[in-house]
Amino acid sequence: MIRTEELVLNVGPQHPSTHGVFRLLVKIDGETIVEATPIIGYLHRGTEKLAEDLTYTQIIPYTDRMDYLSAMIGNYSLVHAVETLMGLEIPERAEYLRVIVMELNRIASHLVWFGTYLLDLGALTPFLYAFREREKILQLFAEISGARLTYSYMRVGGVKWDVPDDGWIGRVERFVDEFQRALEEFHTFVTGNEIVQARLKGVGRYDRETAVAYGLTGVNLRSTGVPYDVRKAKPYSIYDRFDFEVPVRTEGDLWARYLLRMEEMEQSRRIVKQAVKQFPSGGEIMARLPKLIRPPAGEVYVSVEMPRGEQGVYVYSEGKPHPYRLHFRRASFINLQILPKLLVGENIANMVAILGSIDIVLGEVDA
Amino acid sequence: MADEQFMTRLVAALRQAFGETVVLEAQVNPSMYGAPLLYVQTERIADVARYLRDEPSLRLDFLNDLHGIDFPDRMEVFYFLQSHQHGHFVALKVRVDRENPHVPTITGIYPAADWQERETYDHFGIIFDGHPNLRRILLPDDWVGHPLRKDYVPHDEGV
Repeated sequence: MIRTEELVLNVGPQHPSTHGVFRLLVKIDGETIVEATPIIGYLHRGTEKLAEDLTYTQIIPYTDRMDYLSAMIGNYSLVHAVETLMGLEIPERAEYLRVIVMELNRIASHLVWFGTYLLDLGALTPFLYAFREREKILQLFAEISGARLTYSYMRVGGVKWDVPDDGWIGRVERFVDEFQRALEEFHTFVTGNEIVQARLKGVGRYDRETAVAYGLTGVNLRSTGVPYDVRKAKPYSIYDRFDFEVPVRTEGDLWARYLLRMEEMEQSRRIVKQAVKQFPSGGEIMARLPKLIRPPAGEVYVSVEMPRGEQGVYVYSEGKPHPYRLHFRRASFINLQILPKLLVGENIANMVAILGSIDIVLGEVDA
Repeated sequence: MADEQFMTRLVAALRQAFGETVVLEAQVNPSMYGAPLLYVQTERIADVARYLRDEPSLRLDFLNDLHGIDFPDRMEVFYFLQSHQHGHFVALKVRVDRENPHVPTITGIYPAADWQERETYDHFGIIFDGHPNLRRILLPDDWVGHPLRKDYVPHDEGV
């Protein structure tokens, strides 16, 4: 008879499969996980505290560095909260630019997930194809904002830069047209792959009640049959002008979450395509505002749909140029709580696949 | 108007279940999707949360957000609840004594509260009574003080 004993395995904080500085203490009995303890905070910078001494415009760069894979939407979450408090009208052209860059960013973010997730599963090649496509989006972002990742593109009242007048909108349109073929390519050589399906189907499963109780949002929730997307449930910007669907599945396993993220890229592509078609030929990109923004006294809590779920922003304003209290509800932070529950009883070989399917960004977990 | 009606109904239901004093203040907040913002008796927050989650006409089963705020004379904990079934929202607040900051935990009702209460403890020193694992989560275990309190003095080793 083989004698086994419990063994504590330390995972991370520095390891590619943890997608950042995330540490996990796993107790294993043979190959079965009996206990898992996440340890976080390695990237905690005290964003909420720092923000209390900054003006609202100065806080924008900090939102770049929370979910650094979708900084455009992170930027928007903050300015959206301030604009709600002020009751601001945003110029039409700025709204279109915001939607275009936010949805391109959602695609870019999901591409990083797709590439690295396949790396987690042991396939190197898809990563290269995913980053080839993402590079095109980053190039477009560099042209409009000057940065590849930390854009700080949004401002309270609009956006910082107008489109480069050398046919930027045309290049976006060309990208979304070509991207359709790239998606088909991904489906051909990954989605249909037997090994990928065997690794994902039926693994890391939870039901609707569990997902809701753990406060999951984004794909992690929608994989259990809840059609909750902030863009539809709490409409913001001009999303009501576009025809798009919220993909939902009911299996609640890794396979469902894989398919949903792939489908979301297609939906984002549709939104950008429509936004480019409707893009106004002229107009302002900033509302008229004083240099120093002082939202009226009051409190606001609004949300946006990030690629990883719902990001909520709470501001308590005393009518001064800086917030009295600023809080971010970060989707990754809350989604990650379910990890120990999913890992216990699971085979150690599935650990990385389950962690990867939650799709966390540690800048956001630790803030 | 619909928001006002929802709030009136909600406050009446809570007062009927837990007595007149359970809701201290109530107003509709247009900057929170028209959600009613209720100040609730601190000791009753777990009972109120359980009621709001289980009452079939409310079914506020999704704890969206939980965090603290520090004021000169008190602290507050903010809760944002949602219903996936009905699509409505309710914001709750409790007041906490700065010198003796205790609030009943709601982790037994919403598992999602676990890390959020730990984060609030970490940043504000608010003790959530009954929390199964109330330890610091973002800051190191040996950190001194609770940095999001307004009177927090940052540790400075000098140059």
